[in-house]
Amino acid sequence: MKSTFLYFILLFPLFIFSQKNITGIVIEQNSNNERVPLFGANVFWLNTTVGAMTAADGSFKLPYDTSYEKLVISYIGFRTDTLLIDTPKSIFHVLKASDDLGEVTLSARRKPSATSYLSSQNITTISSKELLKAACCNLSESFETNPSIDVNFTDAISGTKQIRMLGLTSPYILITTENIPSIRGASQAYGLSFIPGTWVESIQVTKGAGSVVNGFESIAGQINAELVKPTTDHQVFVNAYGSLNGRTELNTHFNTQISDKLSTGLYLHADNRSQKFDRNNDSYLDMPLVKQINIMNRWQYANLQKGLISFLNVRYLNDEKQAGQLSFNPKTDRLSNSVWGSEINTRRFEVSGKFGYVNPNIPYRSLGVQVAYSDHDQASYFGTNQYDISHKSIYSNVVYNSIISDSRHKIKTGLNATYDQYNELVNSQVYSRTERSAGAFFEYSFDNLDALNLTAGVRMDYHNLLGTFLTPRLHARYTPWEKSAFRVSFGRGTRAANIFTENQKLFASSRQINVQSSGGTIYGLDPEIAWNYGVSFLQGFILFGRKADLTLDFYATNFENQVVVDYENPYEVSFYNLDGASYANSFQVEFSWNLMAYLDLKTAYKFYDVKTQYFSGKLKKPLTSQHRYFANISYEINPEKGESIWKFDATFNWLGKQRFPSTSMSPEDYQLPTYSPSISTLNLQVTKVFSDSFEIYLGAENVTNVTQKSPILSSENPFGSNFDTTFVYGPIFGSTFYTGLRYKLN
Amino acid sequence: MKTILITFTMLFAGTLSYGQNKNAKASIQVDGVCMMCKKRIEKASIKTKGVKSAVWNVDTHELRLIFDENKTSIGQIESNVTAVGHDTKSFVASKEAYGSLYPCCKYRDESVIQDHK
Repeated sequence: MKSTFLYFILLFPLFIFSQKNITGIVIEQNSNNERVPLFGANVFWLNTTVGAMTAADGSFKLPYDTSYEKLVISYIGFRTDTLLIDTPKSIFHVLKASDDLGEVTLSARRKPSATSYLSSQNITTISSKELLKAACCNLSESFETNPSIDVNFTDAISGTKQIRMLGLTSPYILITTENIPSIRGASQAYGLSFIPGTWVESIQVTKGAGSVVNGFESIAGQINAELVKPTTDHQVFVNAYGSLNGRTELNTHFNTQISDKLSTGLYLHADNRSQKFDRNNDSYLDMPLVKQINIMNRWQYANLQKGLISFLNVRYLNDEKQAGQLSFNPKTDRLSNSVWGSEINTRRFEVSGKFGYVNPNIPYRSLGVQVAYSDHDQASYFGTNQYDISHKSIYSNVVYNSIISDSRHKIKTGLNATYDQYNELVNSQVYSRTERSAGAFFEYSFDNLDALNLTAGVRMDYHNLLGTFLTPRLHARYTPWEKSAFRVSFGRGTRAANIFTENQKLFASSRQINVQSSGGTIYGLDPEIAWNYGVSFLQGFILFGRKADLTLDFYATNFENQVVVDYENPYEVSFYNLDGASYANSFQVEFSWNLMAYLDLKTAYKFYDVKTQYFSGKLKKPLTSQHRYFANISYEINPEKGESIWKFDATFNWLGKQRFPSTSMSPEDYQLPTYSPSISTLNLQVTKVFSDSFEIYLGAENVTNVTQKSPILSSENPFGSNFDTTFVYGPIFGSTFYTGLRYKLN
Repeated sequence: MKTILITFTMLFAGTLSYGQNKNAKASIQVDGVCMMCKKRIEKASIKTKGVKSAVWNVDTHELRLIFDENKTSIGQIESNVTAVGHDTKSFVASKEAYGSLYPCCKYRDESVIQDHK
């Protein structure tokens, strides 16, 4: 009672004040750092209808009441500020330009990888958090915890991992970094290992035909890697990694702000494996020796008041790999025919620039320009086979974004032009070609802000070798009921097959190369043309009180023409134009469930039906399993505390039997069964976060020590006619352990 | 010559000041509580002929608009927003319109506001 009385007394003086008004001035800081009054800014009390606009001198006057606590000051193009007001005083407030109109901040815990409920395309975003689940090391390994992408080994020599999507290999996927096509042409075979994992901020995986904006090449889908940016990355970041398989890595990032508009970052990556391992005692290195230096410098310019954003990237890469027999010494045994060895040396230089303008007054109108130049040089030999490729490439793209009548109808239109110069040396044969293309695209997207959205695009390209052609693509999403998304897509893709660089593993065998020219424009072969159709259904629901998602995907790719790579004769590899059917059908069921707070399960079953008409008949694509199963469990302890967090991760993969290319013509000793055995692998990782700035991780790859016995055929006689390293269906190196640390300074 | 120049300048200045702005910007207060409200408010705004862009902020209750002044007005947009049940600074939604909102969107109810905090 007494206290109530006291409160009343205390309230009294406030009642008197409440009669008062609050006054103030709102100003803006313009680009010349001058302070000018802001006319027409909105000033109001939060959760009330009491508000006013500022006068020409920036001044305002509002009634004040004790129940009012938060004063909101806003103006289009500026960041909205909310001030806590406890007494009616005079306010002087400076508004800052906002970087984005109507910025949305998500407070709910975001899943490390998530498929959008809203987009018309079937896009899965893999965040940097997901990327940390596999501590290592480059882009190809970042997909190991994601079921949409399959990671396979290509051969027993280079240690390269190859990715597949919808049952098709990476050349059929458009791989871009920040929407600039990057892993194509000469970098197709090893390019994924040239993008260090720590440089990647997030990855967007689009299944199906993709957008027309980035070109005509994508067939199975698109993978875009967003790189870390000087303004959002840590000021200092250090990642060191060491593995018992002899691999050590160091990544350092340094970011600084030069002025309020200009920032720069320097990113260094060094990778080294100098220890020789031959655990399966076949006298060949289980994994190549590697030395890689990768340097990138980024410049970011942002003038948000004027709506300008710009990036400049410069990158240099030097990568050296040595593989083959243990006793091989590259200094003396290069191209020798007594000891089998291989070296792959790559140098790449890249410059790219991006420029974006958003009209600050009309935020839905924007213009983007992208220009990229790359010079890729690979010199390599595999035993006595020599293969060199140099590829110079220029890419340019101009995109204009706007709306038709209102923001439900968006359009994107623009032009792009590319130039590619290839020079290849295949043993003694020289292949050179120049590709030039110019294209125009138009994409319309409709969003009824509710259950339906749709993206329809078409592009017209002129290409000196592929001809003039039209590329239509369509995506649509419909939400029939809550927490669901039904998607359809179809589209066309066209590409020139780089037969040697995409199939480099053939050089590490005694096979003869047989290109069956049909008078076409690319190695005498015709362009590859395919149509992709897909349907997908996503449903979110609650299972035993916890969130769960179920996704069903079905995609079909039909080739009108394909450059068939035929390994069915053990003494040769043939390339020829498709005569008959070639298709890849894939079906995927994915289920993810948040079992407990911070305990997440993701599991997927995939079925692939990939068949091609070879000369010897219509056959399943070799070394592709029809059935795959994937599971990932992750658990975190204390994640809300920000320190002494533990993170646990386990990833399980099961691959069904895979068809070996036919060996029936080989002597009995070198014949393989029709199918490989099925295999399963398990990876584990534990991370301990000590603080915001320091963490340590420890992991095990292939814990159950599953390996492919004798992956090299005729390994004892590498210069005989049956030598072949291409029959790889599983891991060559057994279990291994790694550890690493991350240090961040903000 | 000079007169022509002046006339031209005058003409131009005239058009500028009297011409209706095709990309007029405005910001109004609209009451609401959640992301469903956001969808409803933005949809009602954008379905108004002449509105090009409408973004509502759930925290500040501010609706930012870009519209063609030749085709619509703030008043028109506000009345369309109130028609779907949301109060604006100068209009109050009818009982029926407010009543049609989902229970979780009843922004006039103090307990609903508390639930969303």
